[in-house]
Amino acid sequence: MNRPLAKAALILIGMYIVLVYVLPLFTAPLPASLIYLYLALTLSAVLIYYTISGTTLEEFMGPIVRFLSGVDQVGPAKTARLLVLIVFPLLVGWQTYTRLAPSDLPPPENRTIHPAPPGEFVGLSNPFPKTPENIMMGKGLYAAYCSPCHGANYDGKGPAAPGFNPPPANFRDPGTIAQLQESYLFWRIKKGGVGLPVEGMPWKSAMPRWEVELPDEFIWKIIMGEYDGAGQSPRTWEEEE
Amino acid sequence: MEYENEKRMWSPLVERIGIPVILGAAVMLIAVFVPVLVWAQDAITQAMSVEYRDIPGIGSRNVIWVVAQQHLLLAGFVLGVPIFAWVCELVGWKTKEPRYDKLAKEFTKLLTSAYATTALFGGILLFLLIGLYPKLMAYLTDIFFPSFVVYCILFLLETCTLYMYWYGWDAMQGSKKGLHLFLGFLLNLFAIGIMIVPNAWATFQASPVVISEGSAIERAWAATWNPTWWPVNIHRLIANVVLGGFICGAYAGIRYLLAATKEEREHYDWMGYVGNFIGVFGMLPLPFAGYWLMREIYQYNQQMGITLMGGFLAWLFILQAMLIGVLFLGANYYFWMGITYRIPGSEQNYRKPILAMLVVLMICLGVWMTPHSLVASLEEARKMGGAHHPLLGVFGVMSAKMTVSNLMILVTFMSFIMYWRAGKQETATWAKVAKAVMGALLVIAGIAVIVLGVWGYFVPAIIRINYFSVAQVLIVLFIMLTFTPLTAALMKSAKTTTEMVWGQMPIRAGYCLVSNAVMVILLMSLMGYARSSSRVHWHIYGVMRDTSEYAYSPALGYAAAFMSLNTFLFCLLVAFIFWVATMGEKGKALPKEGLRESPGKVPEGIAPALAGGSPTSEEISRT
Repeated sequence: MNRPLAKAALILIGMYIVLVYVLPLFTAPLPASLIYLYLALTLSAVLIYYTISGTTLEEFMGPIVRFLSGVDQVGPAKTARLLVLIVFPLLVGWQTYTRLAPSDLPPPENRTIHPAPPGEFVGLSNPFPKTPENIMMGKGLYAAYCSPCHGANYDGKGPAAPGFNPPPANFRDPGTIAQLQESYLFWRIKKGGVGLPVEGMPWKSAMPRWEVELPDEFIWKIIMGEYDGAGQSPRTWEEEE
Repeated sequence: MEYENEKRMWSPLVERIGIPVILGAAVMLIAVFVPVLVWAQDAITQAMSVEYRDIPGIGSRNVIWVVAQQHLLLAGFVLGVPIFAWVCELVGWKTKEPRYDKLAKEFTKLLTSAYATTALFGGILLFLLIGLYPKLMAYLTDIFFPSFVVYCILFLLETCTLYMYWYGWDAMQGSKKGLHLFLGFLLNLFAIGIMIVPNAWATFQASPVVISEGSAIERAWAATWNPTWWPVNIHRLIANVVLGGFICGAYAGIRYLLAATKEEREHYDWMGYVGNFIGVFGMLPLPFAGYWLMREIYQYNQQMGITLMGGFLAWLFILQAMLIGVLFLGANYYFWMGITYRIPGSEQNYRKPILAMLVVLMICLGVWMTPHSLVASLEEARKMGGAHHPLLGVFGVMSAKMTVSNLMILVTFMSFIMYWRAGKQETATWAKVAKAVMGALLVIAGIAVIVLGVWGYFVPAIIRINYFSVAQVLIVLFIMLTFTPLTAALMKSAKTTTEMVWGQMPIRAGYCLVSNAVMVILLMSLMGYARSSSRVHWHIYGVMRDTSEYAYSPALGYAAAFMSLNTFLFCLLVAFIFWVATMGEKGKALPKEGLRESPGKVPEGIAPALAGGSPTSEEISRT
């Protein structure tokens, strides 16, 4: 096998092994959508690199073209070509069938985790000053009402968390509350899962509608305690003094 | 006495232009403005009775979507091309190199053919808007009428200037070149005016500023200066240059593929290079302008910002990452092919740097395209502990995206620097020091961008947005602004070791140029839709609600299909315009008698590069 072609094959196989087998040794397995994306990028890189010049293009594509065209082929090479020409379309067909065949598995869902809040919650700011007392009270309220699901460490690993799918939000993750304004959290806590718009799939959230049980003051203080406890800051447009 | 003076002043002008022309212009002005005034009144009266009209079967929104997109893309091309056509002309005039003047004229030729089509689509769009959305148009007319008048005046001035610029090209050579350049300057000035006035109408719909008191001009002025007006102006201005550059590149690419003579191949190879260069040149600051625009939108209204960047439109930004990524890759690929094909013998020297740049670009693209919330089956989501991957989820937020986009810009800039330096040997005594300094600066800049990106996860969002992201941009700009003059100084005294050979690029280079143009059209269709649909069910955000039957956001798949349709239609339009523009040339460029006798036979030394069994450059050089 020609060297560029062998290298390309090795790179692609190596990438597949890393994504599917090596990475899960250290973290959660990747979803298929991400694996396909990274493999497509790797393949694109290989194709770009080997087609930059005429020499490498010939080295890379020449053997493939010669093999598939079948010119002057005899013996095992001829048989191999026939096999490829028969097996490859069958593989494509099988792949297409498995993708389209009815299945009892639900389709991958495209849930919007952070949908836009309703207009009445836009621009609200926390009416309570960020004092140690208020933060302490917020943390106490958080411990009482929120920590069973969101965890005492604000990491989404409360004792009740394993019972939920999707799991409760991890506030320590820089992609959650750190990206949002306090008014957003106020909306989510006050209105709960049922207050989500359709793209947020309200039926997928077990978040209670806390306005039924907690006054607004408690909610604002919980938000304050939550940010402080998770070591995050809310998104603002003014810097703190 | 006064009369005599005035007569002396005006007589030469009158004699030169002629009374009929002046009278004709006056009649034209009246003819234009009287109907405008009447339309405005009509629109208001009509709106009292009808709020919406529909086109059965197709839908009014779909019709407006297609026509507005075609008009905007054409307008982008028409407003972007004069900028670099004028710069090319200026370069030709300064360097006394006629090929730049020829290139500028060729760009302008494309412009003149596209100009009428743009105006035509603008007219169609206006009639459709008045007819289909009378209530909205009455409201906008009421607010913006003074700027409608300004727009009409600018349009007239632009048209006159364009005609004089184009038809006076050959007549204004030599001593009159300065006047021609001044006309080009005016053309661009009016073009920018033509762009920013309607931008005020569109941005007002997204971020309205309404004052109930004051004169009509004061109200129009306040509405014009809305929070997203200038971010959109800057973003569109740069994007128009990118669109114009890549479309001219695609035109050159197609002409290159069809070229029948060596001269044509050389010319269109060079034109393709210039088109790609202009596209890349504009693309480098474009993400910064885009970031500023999104920041302003977010700051203006959190709801709109989240709808765009985190809500149901967020997937458009993953598509955007993919398209920008392909565009960056295409532009770099073209540069790299340019090094290996145009500078014979240089291939081996640049393989390693090219590989390194390709790897960095791919890693960056991988990060940019990784969504925050992943598409996962129930089982996969369960294993990940939600829709966010515990490790790769960090790639989904702005800190990561800003970092990789800056790195991609840096790499693309270095590709260009490498191309610039290829085939030359620096002779300056300080060359080694300069190269070492540039190398060190590049490494430090890369590390600084990454450090700021990682650090961005651990600071409040406002610190990241106001300082870290700005610092990343400034670092990249610093590199560009220091490396460019430094390289220019190095190249001034450099010895050419290998002459650049034009017309040797492979056929895939032509296709690459076409692909870049298609990507940028798709990208503009995509982000145009994102900007427009971020208003959700409002015609004018928070002011006038959409109460038509189309007051809903279409599914992303449906929207994507429309964007593709718009891209396809625009490509058809551009192909038609270019075909018309080059029709006249075909008669002039008929092959010589000897060649006419054997149609279809490729003469010796001449190779059409079009795919389908035509010989490649390598094959020609071998024969």
